[in-house]
Amino acid sequence: MNINTDIARTYLFSGKKMTAVAVLGVLLGMSIYIFMNSLLVGFDKASDENIFKNTPHIRLYNDDVISKNLVSDTAAEYLISNPKVVPKVNTIINPNGIAEMVQQQKEVTVVTAQVNTSVFYNNGKTQVSGLSIGIKPDEADMMYSITSSMVEGKFETLKSDPNGIVIGIGIAEKMNLVLGDNINLTSQKGVTKNLRVAGIFRSFNSTADDTKSYVNLYTAQQLLKENNVYVTDISVNVKDPYQAAAVAEKLSQLTGYKSEDWKESNESLMALSKMRFIMINFVSTAIMLIAGFGIYNILNMTVSQKINDIAILKAIGFKGKDVIRIFVTQALSIGLIGVVGGMLMALLMITLLKKVYIGGDIGYFPVDYELQKFIQGVVMGLVITFFAGYIPARKAAKVDPVSIFRK
Amino acid sequence: MDKNIVLKTENIDKYFYDPVEFQVLKNIGFEVERGEFLTLIGKSGSGKSTLLYILSTMDRDYNGNLVIDNELITGKSVDELAAIRNEKIGFVFQFHYLLAEFTCLKNVMIPALKLGKFSPKEIEERAYEKLKMLGMEDQALKPANKLSGGQQQRVAIARALINDPLIIMGDEPTGNLDSKNTDIVFDIFKDLTRSFGQTIIAVTHDDEFAQKSDRTIEMKDGSIIGGHTN
Ligand SMILES: Nc1ncnc2c1ncn2[C@@H]1O[C@H](COP(=O)(O)OP(=O)(O)O)[C@@H](O)[C@H]1O
Ligand SMILES: [Mg+2]
Repeated sequence: MNINTDIARTYLFSGKKMTAVAVLGVLLGMSIYIFMNSLLVGFDKASDENIFKNTPHIRLYNDDVISKNLVSDTAAEYLISNPKVVPKVNTIINPNGIAEMVQQQKEVTVVTAQVNTSVFYNNGKTQVSGLSIGIKPDEADMMYSITSSMVEGKFETLKSDPNGIVIGIGIAEKMNLVLGDNINLTSQKGVTKNLRVAGIFRSFNSTADDTKSYVNLYTAQQLLKENNVYVTDISVNVKDPYQAAAVAEKLSQLTGYKSEDWKESNESLMALSKMRFIMINFVSTAIMLIAGFGIYNILNMTVSQKINDIAILKAIGFKGKDVIRIFVTQALSIGLIGVVGGMLMALLMITLLKKVYIGGDIGYFPVDYELQKFIQGVVMGLVITFFAGYIPARKAAKVDPVSIFRK
Repeated sequence: MDKNIVLKTENIDKYFYDPVEFQVLKNIGFEVERGEFLTLIGKSGSGKSTLLYILSTMDRDYNGNLVIDNELITGKSVDELAAIRNEKIGFVFQFHYLLAEFTCLKNVMIPALKLGKFSPKEIEERAYEKLKMLGMEDQALKPANKLSGGQQQRVAIARALINDPLIIMGDEPTGNLDSKNTDIVFDIFKDLTRSFGQTIIAVTHDDEFAQKSDRTIEMKDGSIIGGHTN
């Protein structure tokens, strides 16, 4: 063993208590850092999963257009301007052609046409307002995995049942409906239709459960007094939802319709996620830094205690860089033990909390073993301990032995 | 330059500026021959320790020249000086002896492990030899901080010898020893100069010790006021 390493090891073992405290600091900082960041990933995944149950990755639609001034000369002294939305139909022309075109893109997995209409659900005296979504059952199931959230009936029966409707469990409870019951829908256009409950879903999103229903595309078209090519939205799912923005841009150019990716349509959830990201990163990094300060402090103390040793070592021919190596080795050893311990601790914490059931929209505690966060934590832990050791070590390297011997 | 001169100083001056400007060494010039046993004497405060720190290459802040082993030491970098100390100079300093958390054996071995000329096993054997010479072999595995001042000083002497240095310097190397052990150390030093041609430069308060050495230089107020061959 190198003599510098040997000396570092002796110091580590002779100051067992201090070493243990420093290791514990790194261990705790490290485990909390990994745990919190894994939790962050878990939260985001859970939140995104929830979003994908209700929102397609990309939505194509025909946007309203604001009228422009006829005169473009803005320097004119008196220009009375009163821009308005240009009256026109918000439909997608030739939806099947567009859908086919979109489907041919290699990033795209599912494309489906959709018609949304606000409705009142009536059953005797009770009336509940909500949103009815006209879909093609097969495609919609692929997109929102509705089958997995069905609690009664089968989603696919909608295919063979022109008057079928699949409702959220909140609606079913409020209106006291069971499978096979009749429900009366009144649309925003005043059309009334009698439908039969073909299924009930529970999405763990209380707003959706209390207001949402799925009907066949043509039922929705009838509710809006429209023909069978009337489509307001084309929903698109892509292979990698986190690349949706780029694909959306491309589809918009391709089709000429306005596109919106899921992040845009869930801005408030995204803002929440961003806030979570900032907070957790801030707090976990701060904890890691505090652990770093712990090592810094302890090594600083060690250097002060060992100043006589440092003078002797320099007198017998140790160079400044040898002294730096001795103390940095000490810091890194503490860091390494702390990092390994912290990783084990984080594994333990995640394993335990994964099994805790929270309920509601969340279900099980949304945390998982995130390799990337472990790596990130290890790298950060080692970098911080290196510097926490390097700064006092540099001070030690500058010790002038003569000034110590004169005392 | 004479092959037999192992250390030479030329016009060494040194000042302290704190608390007031004060010239601690004045025009120090002398030569030491290979195999010579030189003692430095003088009243307390006359500048002996300060001079020894310069000779040991640890203090770089002086005017004049220092030559060791035909090599100009003055002006060398800190790292170069560290390497020179490791190889060519052994020290015994006043009051500051050993690394407390290491065994006596390890303390003796450290300069040799640093030098890396021999394998750790050979170094250990050599360290035992040196400890035996100073009558400390049965304390070899004791932690250094469990020894008395005198015992520590003897281990420090063993450590100064481990790399077979060209020059051994001591600031009152026998200051903590009883007369019996002082005699032992004196005999070891003498033998090193006679049998191995090593050079000793020792500051001492002990007149008898000085008289028995080859040559004595006396200092007063930072100047050499006399030197005589005994
Ligand atoms: N760091 C210092 N700053 C100022 N004066 C010092 C310092 N170290 C020593 N001195 C002074 O230098 C003189 C010589 O000291 P020193 O070399 O230790 O003498 P000796 O070893 O002969 O007793 C003394 O007067 C002492 O007070
Ligand atoms: Mg002195």
